[in-house]
Amino acid sequence: MANRTMKFQIYRYDPDKDAAPYMQDVSIEVDATDRKLLDVLVKLKAKDDSISFRRSCREGVCGSDAMNINGKNGLACLTDIASLKEPVQLRPLPGLPVIRDLIVDMTQFFKQYHSIKPYVVNNDPPPERERLQSPEDREELNGLYECILCASCSTSCPSFWWNPDKFVGPAGLLAAYRFIADTRDQATSERLDNLEDPYRLFRCHTIMNCVDVCPKGLNPTRAIGKIKDMMVRRAV
Amino acid sequence: MQNRIVVGAHYGLRDWLAQRVTATVMALYTVFFVVNLFCLPEFSAEAWRAMFSGGFMRFATFLFWLALFFHAWVGVRDIFMDYIKPVGVRLVAHSVVAFLLIGYAGWAAQILWRL
Repeated sequence: MANRTMKFQIYRYDPDKDAAPYMQDVSIEVDATDRKLLDVLVKLKAKDDSISFRRSCREGVCGSDAMNINGKNGLACLTDIASLKEPVQLRPLPGLPVIRDLIVDMTQFFKQYHSIKPYVVNNDPPPERERLQSPEDREELNGLYECILCASCSTSCPSFWWNPDKFVGPAGLLAAYRFIADTRDQATSERLDNLEDPYRLFRCHTIMNCVDVCPKGLNPTRAIGKIKDMMVRRAV
Repeated sequence: MQNRIVVGAHYGLRDWLAQRVTATVMALYTVFFVVNLFCLPEFSAEAWRAMFSGGFMRFATFLFWLALFFHAWVGVRDIFMDYIKPVGVRLVAHSVVAFLLIGYAGWAAQILWRL
Protein backbone atom coordinates (compact mmCIF):
# COMPACT_ATOMS: atom_id res chain seq x y z
CA MET A 1 0.00 0.00 0.00
CA ALA A 2 1.36 3.38 -0.99
CA ASN A 3 1.54 6.31 1.37
CA ARG A 4 -1.83 7.84 2.08
CA THR A 5 -3.51 10.08 4.59
CA MET A 6 -5.89 8.56 7.09
CA LYS A 7 -8.55 10.62 8.84
CA PHE A 8 -9.45 10.09 12.48
CA GLN A 9 -11.90 11.50 14.98
CA ILE A 10 -10.55 10.89 18.42
CA TYR A 11 -12.34 11.31 21.73
CA ARG A 12 -10.33 13.76 23.77
CA TYR A 13 -10.77 14.53 27.43
CA ASP A 14 -8.28 15.80 29.92
CA PRO A 15 -10.14 16.44 33.19
CA ASP A 16 -7.46 18.96 34.24
CA LYS A 17 -8.02 21.14 31.19
CA ASP A 18 -11.30 20.30 29.47
CA ALA A 19 -14.73 21.19 30.77
CA ALA A 20 -16.26 18.45 28.62
CA PRO A 21 -15.04 15.72 26.27
CA TYR A 22 -14.86 16.53 22.56
CA MET A 23 -14.02 14.77 19.29
CA GLN A 24 -10.79 15.92 17.67
CA ASP A 25 -10.21 15.64 13.93
CA VAL A 26 -6.73 14.44 13.09
CA SER A 27 -5.14 13.05 9.97
CA ILE A 28 -1.87 11.24 9.50
CA GLU A 29 0.26 9.80 6.73
CA VAL A 30 0.35 6.02 6.77
CA ASP A 31 2.67 3.82 4.75
CA ALA A 32 2.97 0.16 3.89
CA THR A 33 4.58 -0.69 7.22
CA ASP A 34 1.47 0.45 9.10
CA ARG A 35 -0.77 -2.55 9.31
CA LYS A 36 -2.74 -2.28 12.50
CA LEU A 37 -4.63 0.54 14.15
CA LEU A 38 -2.13 0.54 17.02
CA ASP A 39 0.73 1.30 14.58
CA VAL A 40 -1.14 4.42 13.51
CA LEU A 41 -1.97 5.40 17.08
CA VAL A 42 1.70 5.17 18.00
CA LYS A 43 2.45 7.44 15.03
CA LEU A 44 -0.24 9.87 16.16
CA LYS A 45 1.23 9.86 19.64
CA ALA A 46 4.64 10.73 18.19
CA LYS A 47 3.05 13.72 16.47
CA ASP A 48 0.93 14.84 19.44
CA ASP A 49 2.08 13.31 22.69
CA SER A 50 -0.99 14.52 24.58
CA ILE A 51 -3.10 11.74 22.98
CA SER A 52 -3.42 9.10 25.68
CA PHE A 53 -4.15 5.40 25.32
CA ARG A 54 -3.00 2.18 26.94
CA ARG A 55 -0.87 -0.32 25.07
CA SER A 56 1.67 -2.94 25.93
CA CYS A 57 2.26 -6.19 24.05
CA ARG A 58 0.95 -4.96 20.66
CA GLU A 59 -0.07 -8.49 19.68
CA GLY A 60 -3.45 -9.16 21.26
CA VAL A 61 -2.23 -10.86 24.41
CA CYS A 62 -2.23 -8.18 27.10
CA GLY A 63 -5.64 -6.66 26.40
CA SER A 64 -4.49 -3.10 27.19
CA ASP A 65 -5.50 -1.31 24.01
CA ALA A 66 -9.20 -2.17 23.94
CA MET A 67 -11.23 0.78 22.68
CA ASN A 68 -14.35 1.62 20.77
CA ILE A 69 -13.38 1.63 17.09
CA ASN A 70 -16.01 2.96 14.69
CA GLY A 71 -18.67 2.08 17.23
CA LYS A 72 -17.48 -1.43 17.99
CA ASN A 73 -15.21 -2.50 20.82
CA GLY A 74 -11.97 -4.17 19.86
CA LEU A 75 -8.21 -4.23 20.25
CA ALA A 76 -6.30 -1.57 18.32
CA CYS A 77 -3.39 -3.98 17.85
CA LEU A 78 -5.58 -6.59 16.13
CA THR A 79 -7.59 -4.22 13.95
CA ASP A 80 -6.40 -3.93 10.34
CA ILE A 81 -6.40 -0.33 9.18
CA ALA A 82 -7.45 -1.51 5.73
CA SER A 83 -10.76 -2.69 7.22
CA LEU A 84 -11.64 0.70 8.73
CA LYS A 85 -14.10 3.19 7.31
CA GLU A 86 -12.85 6.78 7.48
CA PRO A 87 -12.92 9.02 9.38
CA VAL A 88 -12.09 6.38 11.96
CA GLN A 89 -13.91 7.22 15.16
CA LEU A 90 -12.02 6.23 18.29
CA ARG A 91 -13.68 6.42 21.66
CA PRO A 92 -12.92 4.95 25.07
CA LEU A 93 -14.70 1.73 26.09
CA PRO A 94 -18.31 2.67 26.82
CA GLY A 95 -19.83 2.53 30.27
CA LEU A 96 -16.67 2.98 32.32
CA PRO A 97 -15.43 6.27 33.80
CA VAL A 98 -12.92 8.02 31.53
CA ILE A 99 -9.59 8.88 33.12
CA ARG A 100 -8.23 10.62 30.06
CA ASP A 101 -8.80 10.35 26.29
CA LEU A 102 -9.01 6.61 25.47
CA ILE A 103 -8.06 5.46 28.97
CA VAL A 104 -10.87 4.21 31.20
CA ASP A 105 -11.00 3.32 34.87
CA MET A 106 -11.34 -0.48 34.94
CA THR A 107 -11.75 -0.78 38.73
CA GLN A 108 -15.40 -1.82 38.53
CA PHE A 109 -14.63 -4.38 35.84
CA PHE A 110 -11.87 -6.01 37.88
CA LYS A 111 -13.94 -5.88 41.04
CA GLN A 112 -16.54 -8.05 39.31
CA TYR A 113 -13.80 -10.35 38.03
CA HIS A 114 -12.39 -10.79 41.54
CA SER A 115 -15.87 -11.40 42.95
CA ILE A 116 -16.08 -14.78 41.20
CA LYS A 117 -12.85 -15.98 42.89
CA PRO A 118 -10.76 -16.48 39.75
CA TYR A 119 -8.56 -19.24 41.11
CA VAL A 120 -8.86 -22.96 41.74
CA VAL A 121 -10.21 -23.73 45.20
CA ASN A 122 -9.02 -27.13 46.36
CA ASN A 123 -8.70 -28.05 50.01
CA ASP A 124 -6.94 -31.38 49.51
CA PRO A 125 -3.26 -31.40 50.49
CA PRO A 126 -1.28 -30.43 47.38
CA PRO A 127 0.31 -33.39 45.61
CA GLU A 128 4.06 -33.56 45.26
CA ARG A 129 4.09 -32.29 41.70
CA GLU A 130 0.78 -31.00 40.35
CA ARG A 131 -2.97 -31.64 40.26
CA LEU A 132 -3.48 -33.66 37.13
CA GLN A 133 -6.43 -33.63 34.75
CA SER A 134 -7.40 -36.08 32.05
CA PRO A 135 -7.11 -34.73 28.50
CA GLU A 136 -10.94 -34.81 28.27
CA ASP A 137 -11.30 -32.74 31.45
CA ARG A 138 -8.68 -30.32 30.23
CA GLU A 139 -10.60 -30.03 26.96
CA GLU A 140 -13.47 -28.46 28.92
CA LEU A 141 -11.37 -25.38 29.62
CA ASN A 142 -10.75 -24.57 25.98
CA GLY A 143 -12.59 -21.45 24.94
CA LEU A 144 -12.64 -20.29 28.56
CA TYR A 145 -9.07 -19.82 29.73
CA GLU A 146 -7.99 -17.71 26.74
CA CYS A 147 -9.71 -14.54 27.99
CA ILE A 148 -7.26 -11.63 28.27
CA LEU A 149 -9.60 -9.38 30.32
CA CYS A 150 -9.56 -6.55 27.81
CA ALA A 151 -13.15 -5.68 28.84
CA SER A 152 -14.35 -5.34 25.24
CA CYS A 153 -17.24 -7.70 25.99
CA SER A 154 -18.41 -6.35 29.34
CA THR A 155 -18.33 -2.75 28.12
CA SER A 156 -20.41 -3.63 25.06
CA CYS A 157 -23.08 -5.29 27.21
CA PRO A 158 -26.16 -3.13 27.97
CA SER A 159 -26.82 -5.15 31.13
CA PHE A 160 -23.33 -4.24 32.34
CA TRP A 161 -23.89 -0.57 31.44
CA TRP A 162 -27.05 -0.46 33.57
CA ASN A 163 -25.74 -2.46 36.54
CA PRO A 164 -21.92 -2.53 36.55
CA ASP A 165 -21.93 -2.78 40.33
CA LYS A 166 -24.28 -5.78 40.45
CA PHE A 167 -24.04 -7.71 37.18
CA VAL A 168 -20.81 -9.69 36.90
CA GLY A 169 -20.64 -9.10 33.15
CA PRO A 170 -19.65 -11.48 30.34
CA ALA A 171 -15.90 -11.46 31.09
CA GLY A 172 -16.45 -12.27 34.75
CA LEU A 173 -19.04 -14.94 33.97
CA LEU A 174 -16.79 -16.58 31.39
CA ALA A 175 -14.09 -16.71 34.07
CA ALA A 176 -16.65 -18.01 36.59
CA TYR A 177 -17.51 -20.89 34.28
CA ARG A 178 -13.82 -21.52 33.63
CA PHE A 179 -13.47 -22.43 37.34
CA ILE A 180 -16.83 -24.17 37.58
CA ALA A 181 -15.77 -26.37 34.66
CA ASP A 182 -12.37 -27.10 36.18
CA THR A 183 -12.35 -30.64 37.59
CA ARG A 184 -9.63 -29.68 40.08
CA ASP A 185 -11.89 -27.11 41.70
CA GLN A 186 -13.94 -28.15 44.73
CA ALA A 187 -16.02 -25.02 45.24
CA THR A 188 -18.61 -25.57 42.50
CA SER A 189 -21.60 -25.25 44.84
CA GLU A 190 -20.28 -22.05 46.41
CA ARG A 191 -19.59 -20.66 42.95
CA LEU A 192 -23.15 -21.42 41.82
CA ASP A 193 -24.50 -19.94 45.08
CA ASN A 194 -22.48 -16.81 44.44
CA LEU A 195 -24.19 -16.34 41.07
CA GLU A 196 -27.70 -17.49 42.02
CA ASP A 197 -29.03 -13.98 42.18
CA PRO A 198 -31.31 -11.91 39.96
CA TYR A 199 -28.48 -9.48 39.20
CA ARG A 200 -25.16 -11.34 39.27
CA LEU A 201 -25.90 -13.83 36.48
CA PHE A 202 -29.49 -13.38 35.43
CA ARG A 203 -29.10 -9.82 34.15
CA CYS A 204 -27.79 -11.55 31.02
CA HIS A 205 -30.57 -11.38 28.44
CA THR A 206 -28.52 -13.11 25.72
CA ILE A 207 -28.02 -9.93 23.71
CA MET A 208 -24.71 -11.47 22.60
CA ASN A 209 -22.79 -8.24 21.98
CA CYS A 210 -20.04 -9.96 23.97
CA VAL A 211 -19.71 -12.74 21.41
CA ASP A 212 -19.80 -10.20 18.59
CA VAL A 213 -16.86 -8.16 19.89
CA CYS A 214 -14.54 -10.65 21.62
CA PRO A 215 -11.14 -10.18 19.96
CA LYS A 216 -10.17 -13.70 20.99
CA GLY A 217 -13.29 -15.25 19.43
CA LEU A 218 -14.64 -16.51 22.76
CA ASN A 219 -18.29 -17.08 23.58
CA PRO A 220 -19.33 -15.78 27.02
CA THR A 221 -23.01 -16.35 26.19
CA ARG A 222 -22.39 -20.08 25.84
CA ALA A 223 -20.54 -20.14 29.17
CA ILE A 224 -23.43 -18.27 30.82
CA GLY A 225 -25.85 -20.80 29.31
CA LYS A 226 -23.80 -23.64 30.78
CA ILE A 227 -23.88 -22.03 34.23
CA LYS A 228 -27.67 -21.69 33.97
CA ASP A 229 -27.85 -25.30 32.85
CA MET A 230 -25.87 -26.43 35.91
CA MET A 231 -28.13 -24.40 38.17
CA VAL A 232 -31.22 -26.01 36.66
CA ARG A 233 -29.73 -29.49 37.08
CA ARG A 234 -28.88 -28.67 40.67
CA ALA A 235 -32.34 -27.33 41.49
CA VAL A 236 -34.75 -29.54 39.53
CA MET B 1 -19.11 2.93 43.24
CA GLN B 2 -20.01 0.28 45.74
CA ASN B 3 -17.09 -1.10 47.70
CA ARG B 4 -18.43 -4.53 48.48
CA ILE B 5 -20.54 -6.91 46.52
CA VAL B 6 -23.49 -8.42 48.34
CA VAL B 7 -24.71 -11.61 46.71
CA GLY B 8 -27.23 -14.35 47.33
CA ALA B 9 -30.78 -13.08 46.78
CA HIS B 10 -31.29 -16.70 45.63
CA TYR B 11 -34.29 -16.26 43.40
CA GLY B 12 -32.50 -15.62 40.12
CA LEU B 13 -32.85 -19.16 38.81
CA ARG B 14 -36.44 -19.64 39.98
CA ASP B 15 -37.72 -16.58 38.15
CA TRP B 16 -35.60 -17.16 35.07
CA LEU B 17 -36.85 -20.74 34.82
CA ALA B 18 -40.44 -19.71 35.56
CA GLN B 19 -40.29 -17.21 32.72
CA ARG B 20 -39.30 -19.98 30.31
CA VAL B 21 -41.92 -22.40 31.60
CA THR B 22 -44.70 -19.80 31.48
CA ALA B 23 -43.65 -18.86 27.94
CA THR B 24 -44.07 -22.51 26.94
CA VAL B 25 -47.50 -22.69 28.58
CA MET B 26 -48.58 -19.57 26.69
CA ALA B 27 -47.28 -20.89 23.38
CA LEU B 28 -49.13 -24.21 23.83
CA TYR B 29 -52.33 -22.44 24.86
CA THR B 30 -52.13 -20.15 21.83
CA VAL B 31 -52.09 -23.16 19.51
CA PHE B 32 -54.93 -24.80 21.46
CA PHE B 33 -56.94 -21.57 21.39
CA VAL B 34 -56.48 -20.91 17.67
CA VAL B 35 -57.43 -24.49 16.80
CA ASN B 36 -60.56 -24.18 18.95
CA LEU B 37 -61.40 -20.84 17.40
CA PHE B 38 -61.28 -22.20 13.87
CA CYS B 39 -63.35 -25.21 14.87
CA LEU B 40 -66.23 -22.93 15.82
CA PRO B 41 -69.37 -23.47 13.70
CA GLU B 42 -69.74 -19.71 13.31
CA PHE B 43 -68.09 -16.56 14.56
CA SER B 44 -70.77 -15.23 16.88
CA ALA B 45 -71.12 -14.24 20.51
CA GLU B 46 -73.11 -17.43 21.20
CA ALA B 47 -70.44 -19.67 19.71
CA TRP B 48 -67.76 -17.77 21.62
CA ARG B 49 -69.75 -18.21 24.83
CA ALA B 50 -70.23 -21.91 24.12
CA MET B 51 -66.51 -22.33 23.54
CA PHE B 52 -65.79 -20.95 26.98
CA SER B 53 -68.54 -22.91 28.71
CA GLY B 54 -66.45 -26.08 28.86
CA GLY B 55 -64.63 -26.71 32.13
CA PHE B 56 -61.36 -27.58 30.45
CA MET B 57 -61.37 -24.45 28.29
CA ARG B 58 -61.94 -22.31 31.35
CA PHE B 59 -59.19 -24.10 33.25
CA ALA B 60 -56.72 -23.84 30.35
CA THR B 61 -57.54 -20.18 29.78
CA PHE B 62 -57.12 -19.37 33.45
CA LEU B 63 -53.78 -21.19 33.40
CA PHE B 64 -52.79 -19.08 30.40
CA TRP B 65 -53.64 -15.87 32.26
CA LEU B 66 -51.72 -16.99 35.34
CA ALA B 67 -48.72 -17.82 33.13
CA LEU B 68 -49.00 -14.44 31.44
CA PHE B 69 -49.18 -12.58 34.75
CA PHE B 70 -46.20 -14.38 36.22
CA HIS B 71 -44.25 -13.91 32.99
CA ALA B 72 -45.13 -10.22 33.01
CA TRP B 73 -44.14 -9.93 36.67
CA VAL B 74 -40.60 -11.18 35.99
CA GLY B 75 -40.28 -9.06 32.86
CA VAL B 76 -41.57 -5.84 34.37
CA ARG B 77 -39.52 -6.38 37.51
CA ASP B 78 -36.41 -6.81 35.34
CA ILE B 79 -37.12 -3.48 33.65
CA PHE B 80 -37.57 -1.77 37.01
CA MET B 81 -34.32 -3.29 38.25
CA ASP B 82 -32.48 -1.83 35.27
CA TYR B 83 -34.01 1.62 35.13
CA ILE B 84 -35.31 2.60 38.58
CA LYS B 85 -32.29 3.14 40.76
CA PRO B 86 -33.69 4.53 44.07
CA VAL B 87 -34.54 1.44 46.13
CA GLY B 88 -37.62 3.00 47.77
CA VAL B 89 -39.19 3.97 44.46
CA ARG B 90 -38.38 0.53 43.06
CA LEU B 91 -40.02 -1.21 46.00
CA VAL B 92 -43.18 0.87 45.53
CA ALA B 93 -43.18 0.16 41.78
CA HIS B 94 -42.69 -3.58 42.43
CA SER B 95 -45.53 -3.62 44.94
CA VAL B 96 -47.93 -1.73 42.68
CA VAL B 97 -47.27 -4.11 39.78
CA ALA B 98 -47.50 -7.20 42.00
CA PHE B 99 -50.88 -6.15 43.42
CA LEU B 100 -52.14 -5.12 39.99
CA LEU B 101 -51.25 -8.53 38.55
CA ILE B 102 -52.86 -10.37 41.46
CA GLY B 103 -55.94 -8.22 40.93
CA TYR B 104 -55.93 -9.01 37.23
CA ALA B 105 -55.76 -12.74 38.03
CA GLY B 106 -58.88 -12.43 40.20
CA TRP B 107 -60.61 -10.39 37.53
CA ALA B 108 -59.70 -12.95 34.84
CA ALA B 109 -61.24 -15.73 36.98
CA GLN B 110 -64.37 -13.70 37.49
CA ILE B 111 -64.76 -13.04 33.75
CA LEU B 112 -64.10 -16.66 32.79
CA TRP B 113 -66.57 -18.21 35.21
CA ARG B 114 -69.17 -15.56 34.47
CA LEU B 115 -69.28 -16.35 30.77
